[in-house]
Amino acid sequence: MLKIAKYIILDIVRSKVLLAYTLLLLAISLTIFLSDADVTKGLVSITTVILIIVPLVSIVYATTYYFNAAEFTEMLVSQPISRRNILLGKFIGISSSILLAFFIGVCIPVCLFAFSATGITLMISGCLLTLSFISLAFLTSTITRDKAKGIGLALMLWFYFSIIFDGLVLMFLTLFADYPLEKAMIVLTALNPIDLARILILLQLDISALMGYTGALYQEFFGSGIGIVFSLLMQMIWIIVPLFFALKIFKKKDL
Amino acid sequence: MRSLIVKIGLLFMLPFPVWAHTIIVAPGAKVATLKQAVTLAKNGDTIRVEKGTYISLNTIVDKELTILGQNQPILDARFQEEVLTITSGHVKLDGFIIENSKTGSMRDFAGIRLSNVEFVTISNNILVNNFFGIYLSNCKHIEVLHNHITGSNNIENSGNGIHLWKCKEILLNGNYVTLHRDGIYFEFAKKCLIENNFSEKNIRYGLHFMFSDDDTYRHNTFKNNGSGVSVMYTRRIAMLDNTFIENWGSSIYGVLLKEITDARIEGNHFIRNTTGIYMENSDRITVTHNDFISNGWAMRVLASCNKDYFTQNNYKGNSFDVTTNGTLKEIYFNDNYWDKYEGYDLNKDGTGDIPYRPISLYAQIIEQNPQSVMLMRSFIVNLIDKVERAIPSITPESVKDEKPRMKPWKR
Repeated sequence: MLKIAKYIILDIVRSKVLLAYTLLLLAISLTIFLSDADVTKGLVSITTVILIIVPLVSIVYATTYYFNAAEFTEMLVSQPISRRNILLGKFIGISSSILLAFFIGVCIPVCLFAFSATGITLMISGCLLTLSFISLAFLTSTITRDKAKGIGLALMLWFYFSIIFDGLVLMFLTLFADYPLEKAMIVLTALNPIDLARILILLQLDISALMGYTGALYQEFFGSGIGIVFSLLMQMIWIIVPLFFALKIFKKKDL
Repeated sequence: MRSLIVKIGLLFMLPFPVWAHTIIVAPGAKVATLKQAVTLAKNGDTIRVEKGTYISLNTIVDKELTILGQNQPILDARFQEEVLTITSGHVKLDGFIIENSKTGSMRDFAGIRLSNVEFVTISNNILVNNFFGIYLSNCKHIEVLHNHITGSNNIENSGNGIHLWKCKEILLNGNYVTLHRDGIYFEFAKKCLIENNFSEKNIRYGLHFMFSDDDTYRHNTFKNNGSGVSVMYTRRIAMLDNTFIENWGSSIYGVLLKEITDARIEGNHFIRNTTGIYMENSDRITVTHNDFISNGWAMRVLASCNKDYFTQNNYKGNSFDVTTNGTLKEIYFNDNYWDKYEGYDLNKDGTGDIPYRPISLYAQIIEQNPQSVMLMRSFIVNLIDKVERAIPSITPESVKDEKPRMKPWKR
C-alpha cells in the first residue's frame, strides 16, 4: 500500500500541474498578506479564495489523475496485491501530494504572517476539505468507466457543493421563514463540507456577533467542545464515507 | 447670571489674607477629620488635608470652601454611607482619593454628591469602588475636571460613574470612567459641554443620555462598553470628533440614536463596532466627515427616520454598509467614500459616474430572514450581490449615493 503511495507521490511531484497549483496558492496567500496590513482581513480573503479553489482543484486533479493512471491500475491488479490496498495506496499517494501543495501554498504563509487560532482553524479546515474532495473524486472515478463522464461528474459535484447547495439552502430558508430553523441550519451545515469549513473559520473570526440569534446559537454549538468534535467528525465522515463506497465499488468492478 | 459672575469676580479681587483662613487637617492633629474642619471653617476659607486615610461618613460641605488634598489623602466611607455631599455653592474640591461608598437599591449612594448648588469645581480626584461616582442633582455651572473614576464592576449592584439629573451648563473635561453601570449618565441635563473624556469597560453604556437638549460632546472616547453608547429623546445635540471603538457583541451599538432630532454628528470615528450607528425615529440629523471602519454594520437606519443627511463620510472594511427594515424615505447620501464601490470615473473629477447603492441585496435578505447569516461570505452570496449591483431590482431604488467619491476623504 505504502509502496504504491510512494510511486504515485514521486510521479505527481514531478508533474507541472501540481507545481502550478502550489505556486497559485502561494501567490494568492502572499499577495493578500503583503498587500493588506490587517492580518484578520487577509485571512478572510484567503478563506474566500480557498473555499472555491481548493475543492475544485482537489476533485478535478484527483479524478484526472485516476483516469490517466488507469493502465498502471490494471497492471497492479494483475499483481498479487489486494484491491483494497491498491485503492488506499492511490488515495494516500494523491492526497498527500495535494496536501503538500496546500501545505506549501497556504500553511507556510499563514504560519509566517498570521499564526493564531483563526489561522490554525483555516489550515485544518483547508486540509480536511482537500481530503474530502479527493475522496469524492475517488467515488466519481470508480462509478464511471469513461474519463469524460468522470470529470464531468466531478465538476458537477463541485458546482453542487459550492453554489447550488447554498442556493437551495437560501430557498429553503425563504420558504420556511416562519418556522424556527436554527437547529435545522446546523444539520444543513453538516451536509456540505464547504459550508462546514466556512462556518468554522467565520466563527473564529468573531463574526458571530453580527449573526444575531442564529449566530449566538452557532457560536454556542460550534464553539463548545462537543461542537468542535461534531464538526471534525462530520469532516471525517465526508472523507471516509465516499472513500468507503469507492472501495466497495472498486472491489467488485470489472476493469 | 451676569451679575452673579461679576460678584464672584469681585470676591476674588479682594485681598486674600484679610479674611480667609487656611485650616490644615492631618491625622492625629488638632483637626483630625474633614468634618471638624468644615464645622470650624467660615465661608471663603481653605481647608488643606494632608496625606493619610480619613473615615468620612457623608461629610456635608455646606460652606463656600476650597478643599485641597495634599498628596492625595483618602476619604473612606467603609461601605456605610456616602463619602461627601456638597450642599453649598462656590466649593472647590481637588486632589482626593474617595472610596467605598455604600451600595443599595433604595438610595443612590455616591462618592461625591452635589445637590442644588452652583459654581462648584470637582477636579483631580480618584474615585474607587463607589456605588455612584459623582452625582449631580439640580445643579448649574459645575466643572468636573480630570477625575479618575473606577467602579466595582458588580453587575447586579452598580451605579453610574458620573450621573447628572436636572442640571444646566455643566462642563465635564478629561475624566476617565470605567467599570460602572453607565460611564456618563445624563437626564434632563441641558447646555452641557462634555469633552476629552474616556469611558471604557462599563457594564452597560459608556454614555447614556435622555431628555438632555443642546449638549455638545467633543473628543471623547467610548471603548468596549457593555452596550456602547445610547442617546434618546433629545434635541439639538452635537457629537463632534468622538471615537467609538470596539463595542462588539450582539445588540451592542457604537451609538444608538432613538428619537433624536436636529443633531449634528461630525468627525467621529466608528471602529470595530458591531453596529456603528443605529437610528430609530431620528429626524433631521446630519452625519458628516465621519469614518466608519471595520464595523459589522456601519449604519442601521430604520424606516422611521426622516430627512437625514449623510455626506463626506468614509466607509471602509464594514461587513455591511447600510441596512434598514423597510422603505427609507428622505434619507440622503452624498459625496461619501465607499470601499465597496466598483464604479468608474471617466472625467476624472474624483466622483464616480454611476451611483452607489449602500444597501446590498444580501443585507436585505438577512433583514427579512436572520437565519440566512449562515451563508455569509459564501460564493452564492457574492454572486447575487454582484448581480444585484449590476441590475438592481430588489434593493430600494431611493437609497443611493449619486456622487460616490473614488478616493477616501483625508482628515
